[in-house]
Amino acid sequence: MAKFIVKRIGYMLVTLFIVVTATFFLMHSIPGDPLAHMARNLPEQTRANYYEKYGLDKSTSEQYVIFMKNLVTKGDLGESLRYPGRGVTDTLLTNASVSAQPGGLALLVGITIGILLGIVAALNKNKWPDYIVMFIAILGITVPVFVLASVLQYFLSVKLMILPTTGWGSWKNVVLPVVVLSFGTIATYARYVKSNMLDVMGQDYILTAEAKGVSKFNVIKGHVLKNAFLPCMTLLVGQVSGIFTGSFVVEKIFGIPGLGFYYINSINDRDYTMIIGTTVFAAALFVFVQLIVDIAYSMMDPRIRVK
Amino acid sequence: MEKILEVDNLNVSFNTYAGEVKAVRGVSFELSRGETLAFVGESGCGKTVTAKSILRLLKPPFAVIKPESKIICNGKDVLKMSEKELCEFRGDEVGMIFQDPMTSLNPTMTVGKQIMESLMIHKKLDKKAAREEAINMLKMVNIPSPEKRIDNYPHEMSGGMRQRVMIAIALACNPNVLIADEPTTALDVTIQAQIMDLMMDLKTKMNTAIILVTHDLGVVANFADRIQVMYAGEVVERGTTKEIINESKHPYTWALLRSVPRLGNESKEELYALGGTPPDLLLPLNHCPFADRCEYCMPICKECKPQETVLSDTHKVSCWLMHEKAPKVESFYDRRDK
Repeated sequence: MAKFIVKRIGYMLVTLFIVVTATFFLMHSIPGDPLAHMARNLPEQTRANYYEKYGLDKSTSEQYVIFMKNLVTKGDLGESLRYPGRGVTDTLLTNASVSAQPGGLALLVGITIGILLGIVAALNKNKWPDYIVMFIAILGITVPVFVLASVLQYFLSVKLMILPTTGWGSWKNVVLPVVVLSFGTIATYARYVKSNMLDVMGQDYILTAEAKGVSKFNVIKGHVLKNAFLPCMTLLVGQVSGIFTGSFVVEKIFGIPGLGFYYINSINDRDYTMIIGTTVFAAALFVFVQLIVDIAYSMMDPRIRVK
Repeated sequence: MEKILEVDNLNVSFNTYAGEVKAVRGVSFELSRGETLAFVGESGCGKTVTAKSILRLLKPPFAVIKPESKIICNGKDVLKMSEKELCEFRGDEVGMIFQDPMTSLNPTMTVGKQIMESLMIHKKLDKKAAREEAINMLKMVNIPSPEKRIDNYPHEMSGGMRQRVMIAIALACNPNVLIADEPTTALDVTIQAQIMDLMMDLKTKMNTAIILVTHDLGVVANFADRIQVMYAGEVVERGTTKEIINESKHPYTWALLRSVPRLGNESKEELYALGGTPPDLLLPLNHCPFADRCEYCMPICKECKPQETVLSDTHKVSCWLMHEKAPKVESFYDRRDK
């Protein structure tokens, strides 16, 4: 097991290195640079000084070497070019922890309700509970979050005035974003759990269990659920990184000072250090969750257990 | 001998989009304690459906056992059992082994737990006692070092071993009847004999009656006491193994027997194969189901259903050739080793 984890961490580092390198050169290939806009009207000499200060006067490959040296030796992602004085790492941590609150809660709520609905749908296949769940699931997948967010804001905040429209700080601010964010998760999980359960319920070993005299409830509990949930863990990887990378729209609508904002704006601003920072963060999170899921898999599924 | 299972006029239908498929049409048979009865016939003739009906393993509303059917096991009416009674009945009085041991065991549960499950349900054993009993069962089905193997997962075992585990599960609670649904079809030929020998050995030890569903006549000839030949959801001929192999009267039985390859057959003649396909069970069938494929088909065969003709206490045939006015025909299956 330890060997497996060490090996996987090795792979993770290689993956991250490739991601960072690719991002670095890709973003440098976008026309313009971080200072192009700000330094537009400055005198020649001042502008040159600025470029020198940030090392932007050097060639791309030289900048790459400097950046990598800082990252590897000091773990330093540098300073934001758009907001001078703010360290990228600092910004990332502060805002990620803000994103994580509604995001994590939405994930928890979404997975729990999604799984429950999926089970209900599977056990009542082609009956009305199944139809209702699948209707909700299709809504959850097709209705864009900004539509749902606006509708909820209109009714709950503007009309009924029970919850604030936007803002950050009180638990009331978290409710609507969690509802909106969890809707998609509910839909995804409900559909996935349902189809997995139906698949498992058609397997030969379920017939074996029934022929043994195991009651309906215990067949579901002891034989169906575990086998049906295993594939669902894979979904978790995308869902967790989605908390930070995919919540841009929702955070914007509800005025949450999360990380989503920086993902989009850093690219528009050509804020090189910020782009790399957010990318490294997302990639690292992705491969890390992937590792956790793989470890969980090997613990839950004896067929892929690592010896 | 004591009757352990009685099936009377069993009718099973499948509700499909195309309509009602009458898969089993009036099957009746009896099974005595310790006896081995084989269901023989080609694919889709209702063998497995009949076998599954006994445990009510078919899923309504897709599959329906018609109300005129009767299944009495050990004095209990199976078709009238409640869900709870059914759970007590399954595995305890009747055990079942399935065709494919590769898919019939839960991949994420140790084989030990899967054996213990039925012991804990029916014998009300606690975990420790059930585990000990499960080790005994594994020993009984000849699995080496059962104390270690009990914690194995199915994927850590070979096909033959998994089928042994299936037998252990089915026999764990010492049932009166064991239904073996093509237990050797998915196995290597060398393993087939081992599994059959094991089943027969355990049958004698535990005095269990066996229903053996198969299309392997070689297996049947060696292991069955009685055979019932099924075709299109009906029993067309039944008798002791000797009667069926040596004195069969139904043209379908002849065709089945003749299509078995013979060892020591030197000529390179093509293996016999029965032409045509079984009738479509979606359509009403009021005549002999075999008429369309039968070499001796007479006009009456396509008009009326033949009644079961009693040849001896055990040997019964449903064929118009048995009628006194029918021409006398010789079996086109000849046993060369006779």
